[in-house]
Amino acid sequence: MSNVKGKTSSASIDVDHVAILANIPISESEKKTFEGQLEETIKYIEKLQEIDTKNVKPTSQVTNLENITREDIAAPSFSQEEALQNAKSTYNGFVVTEAILEEQ
Amino acid sequence: MLNNLSLQQAKQLLRQKKATSLELTRFYLERIKKLEPKISAFITVCEKEAQDQAKKADELLSQGDKKPLLGIPISVKDNFNTIGIQTTASSKVLESYIPPYDATVVASLKRAGAVIVGKTNMDAWAHGSSTETSDFGPTKNPWNIKTLPGGSSGGSAASVAADEVVASIGSETAGSIRQPAAWCGVVGLKPTYGRVSRYGVVAMGSSLDSPGPITKTVEDSAMILNILAGKDKFDATTSPNIVEDYSKNLNKNISGLKIGISSKYFKKCESEVEKKVEQALKVFEELGAKIQEIKLFDPQYAIAVYTIIQRAEVSSNLARYDGIRYGNGRSKFGEEAKRRIMLGTYALSAGYYDQYYNKAQKVRTLIIEDFKKAFKQVDVIVGPTSPSTALPLGASKGHPMFGEMADILVEPSSIAGLPGINVPCGFSREDLPVGMQIIGPQFSESIILNVANQFEKNTDFHKVKPKL
Repeated sequence: MSNVKGKTSSASIDVDHVAILANIPISESEKKTFEGQLEETIKYIEKLQEIDTKNVKPTSQVTNLENITREDIAAPSFSQEEALQNAKSTYNGFVVTEAILEEQ
Repeated sequence: MLNNLSLQQAKQLLRQKKATSLELTRFYLERIKKLEPKISAFITVCEKEAQDQAKKADELLSQGDKKPLLGIPISVKDNFNTIGIQTTASSKVLESYIPPYDATVVASLKRAGAVIVGKTNMDAWAHGSSTETSDFGPTKNPWNIKTLPGGSSGGSAASVAADEVVASIGSETAGSIRQPAAWCGVVGLKPTYGRVSRYGVVAMGSSLDSPGPITKTVEDSAMILNILAGKDKFDATTSPNIVEDYSKNLNKNISGLKIGISSKYFKKCESEVEKKVEQALKVFEELGAKIQEIKLFDPQYAIAVYTIIQRAEVSSNLARYDGIRYGNGRSKFGEEAKRRIMLGTYALSAGYYDQYYNKAQKVRTLIIEDFKKAFKQVDVIVGPTSPSTALPLGASKGHPMFGEMADILVEPSSIAGLPGINVPCGFSREDLPVGMQIIGPQFSESIILNVANQFEKNTDFHKVKPKL
């Protein structure tokens, strides 16, 4: 809890920063719209702070199932052709992407 | 003769050789051609594939094959992967995506002999309750084409209501089967989370997503659940619990059944909706059920929990769309998807995780416990499905919480992973359908189907069809 950034009842979201984290390109006009709408939504979900959750455990799933495993056996799967059929750009049976590491 | 066939009726017709699957399939393809300019329930119509499947089905039928859905034309929501058939989830990101595999649900339907006539429109990525956020334009409600069908499985519900298919498959994260079923006046079943496999369904909220049938009758709903339910090795969250015969208890007497109602659910509704559901409760009383008031958590908190959990899971699930292996790049996301991804990213970002996501998960625990307490007192809970009847086209625009408000009465049970079913229970003054939901404990599908079927058998609302 050490890095909770105070109360956000007057939440202000750094839309540019969030857009970078989310890898979403947004226009200037979208930025304006989103700022207001995201703050409106945050204000609504702030309601939860009214509820006392001391000593309550969080629920991340409702199945009560744990550690579901299966035998690690290879089975028929996609052919290379099928696996690549939707890729925009391929070369010699590989998917082509832009370089993500730059040369020194 | 082929109009308004339920699954049960269509099955009989085929078995008694009064019609062939090809005739039935062509009947629906013709109807789709005629009605689609008005309704727009479909993204893709599989004219050739459907007729090929129908011909195969007719061969098998002539050999006396007894596959449960053999030759029955159905539609499937466009977020289920279908091998060789474009699957878009109504988003331009997936506009040209042709899946190399079938979702488990689709594979089960094909094994059962179903003829898939098309893929239905939805809110893009299933983000919404209007089908208005589809990147390919909205679907219109067959009862009044100036109104919304609800969503996100709006195309599926509209295709059933307009009699463009015998039945359809939708998916619900919180409301996306029950709410469009309510607005379109059809039966929509959201199974227990984990009862039906999510494998091959374009993921939205992975701890919530539940595929299920949208049908003309409760009996049909049970028949399709029989095919969909069960453990799937490709989805580790599917339950190993035994799959019951969901058709078996449909006609059980419900005398003595304890039905819980919460005034908090009724207070959120338009007065007409409230009235119709109250009248429906009288039907249950006449059948010997006992109605009792129970206390439930105020649904407004469930909306807040859902908003956080859903947005967070969305931001994580939609991170995979990079336009490299399949689909288009991230600039193709529509406004609603962007908004949800951004909020989820924010809620999960450093410094806010405890305040939002962790807090929501704790309140989720409280909501689950609240339902558990309720089900110690009653067998099922009954309430309105949606606070209103179908809203006008355009109603969702500019309201980031539109879906949550439309789904306020279904989100609590979804968060708890419970099964629920919508059944038509009346009409408003404008002749728009009103829906009632029956919610039960986890894996109580047999019970809620029984209760729903008893209501349907003793009322005529499901027999009234839209004039198209």
